[in-house]
Amino acid sequence: MLDGRDGKARQKAMELLVRYAEALGAERFVDTRNVAGVPGSANPFLQNYYRDKGTDERDAIFSYFDLDADELLDVPQALVPTYHLQGGADPTAWQTLGVKVEVFRSYQEREAFAAAHDVGILKTCTPYLTGNVPAKGEHLAWMESSAVIYANSVLGARTNTEGRESTSAAMLTGKIPDWGLHRTEHRYGTHRIEVEIPVDSVMDWGMLGYFVGDVVQERIPVLRGTSRRPDIVRLKHFGAAASSSGGVEMYHIVGVTPEAETIELAFGPRQPVETFAYGGAERRRVYDLLNANASDPAVDFVMLGCPHAALEQLQEAARLLDGKKVSSSCQLWIFTSRTVKGLAREAGITKTLSDAGAVLLTDTCSAFAQTVPPGTKVAALDSAKQAHYLPAILGVQAWFGSTADCINAALTGRWSPEGI
Amino acid sequence: MTLRPTQGHPEQSRGVSTVSATIVLRGRKVVGGRAEGEALVTRQTIPGWGGVNPVQGVITETQHELRGQSFKDKVLVFRGAKGSSGWSAMYHTARLAGTAPKALVFNEMTTKVALGAVVMRVPSVTDLDRDPLAIIETGDWVIVDGDRGLVEVVKAGK
Repeated sequence: MLDGRDGKARQKAMELLVRYAEALGAERFVDTRNVAGVPGSANPFLQNYYRDKGTDERDAIFSYFDLDADELLDVPQALVPTYHLQGGADPTAWQTLGVKVEVFRSYQEREAFAAAHDVGILKTCTPYLTGNVPAKGEHLAWMESSAVIYANSVLGARTNTEGRESTSAAMLTGKIPDWGLHRTEHRYGTHRIEVEIPVDSVMDWGMLGYFVGDVVQERIPVLRGTSRRPDIVRLKHFGAAASSSGGVEMYHIVGVTPEAETIELAFGPRQPVETFAYGGAERRRVYDLLNANASDPAVDFVMLGCPHAALEQLQEAARLLDGKKVSSSCQLWIFTSRTVKGLAREAGITKTLSDAGAVLLTDTCSAFAQTVPPGTKVAALDSAKQAHYLPAILGVQAWFGSTADCINAALTGRWSPEGI
Repeated sequence: MTLRPTQGHPEQSRGVSTVSATIVLRGRKVVGGRAEGEALVTRQTIPGWGGVNPVQGVITETQHELRGQSFKDKVLVFRGAKGSSGWSAMYHTARLAGTAPKALVFNEMTTKVALGAVVMRVPSVTDLDRDPLAIIETGDWVIVDGDRGLVEVVKAGK
């Protein structure tokens, strides 16, 4: 591909991957047939920057930004199965998100560009909940830190945290540098986490993840002592939190995750560098840290669905909201994927939610779209990841608590959590 | 750790008010090219998407020690990258917006920082023979030679 025999765009994609591999110190590539990225997408800045720089046949954003090329290219179809992660705005409720019509039209054009190049339009940060469930040992080129940590740790697939440019290059080449988590010797644990208290609720798994990411940063923690087996939603929240407070891309939970049947298998030939205990004091510290940006109990916005809600989370929200009304002083937005929204609609959940005044949205989230309802000063969130990002991005206060705490805040307009 | 100052450079050549000595660190090329500038140093890992405003070139993460500080035209000396997979796209955007750092010197290699350095197209060096975080302080003048893997540090006078 480097010699240009497969066309200029694949050549440029391969050149970018070679520069990237050299930067990493990787000596070869692995083949991948599973790419998840955001090919050709554009926020308003990029839309404006590349306006009038392309032609009908040659896409400026994909050429210059995705492939970091210095020339306009004819972009061929994806060479291997490729999926689009979150981005843009809900096609049925973009006005709710405060998106201007010209920006939304551009989102639609970018989505059409991806679809026309054989990219599956999942539009979610949770591809593993919507049909792209990699097999153990499969090599992937995935973006989205919460999806990467899930694929590596829960599914036993192999991917580094790829970026916009490397996933778009992989889409055209089916190659990605053979480095880091693609290699068995780099998948063993480095740090031991002794969990000394019961960790049960989704909120608790989120807090544990936030603690773990903070203490191990980008290394590989091995957790021991978790009493109850976590389900998909708990693992989703744990991983999203650990990849936000730190850069964790892989973890092991002894007896739970596929490469950690025993603690010996989890560490392989390595000795733990350090051991951290997670007890009551640590839990308290994480809770306080996640609530450090909030002081005003008058909540005017509640956001759920980070990462995008699974069907059972929408069922839970519907149970808590059934027959009730969101306070007139508050708005409740719940984000999910188009796929799960379809399932929710068939189950009658979307009607329960809308009857209660909740707004179910797809494709994005408040942090990603950088949008909250106009006038929002104080938000309530049930995701440690969202609580990490939203105050930094939008300068709002953010409370962190359980899903029930958040829905209670939406119904009353007041933050009065059960606490911990 | 012993610091072995090598030959000092005349201060006029760089417009630095007081110069004590030049220290040379040797490492590995990440991205080639040569650039110099004032160091912005953090022992913390640096966020990308969600913790930085690329159009302004400012770190925004609420708990970060560099919150509110600009990396534009600085030689960024840091531990490594963290957070979202949007890291490279953020610093790529910073390049388009004209707010990118002039060079990168870092300790811990990840896919985020490697790809970010590549698309930022700035001289970058890692795997140094001595810890740059122990030697370089914010305000020092730093010359990064990516191709040779060299980092020259001119200490700012105290």
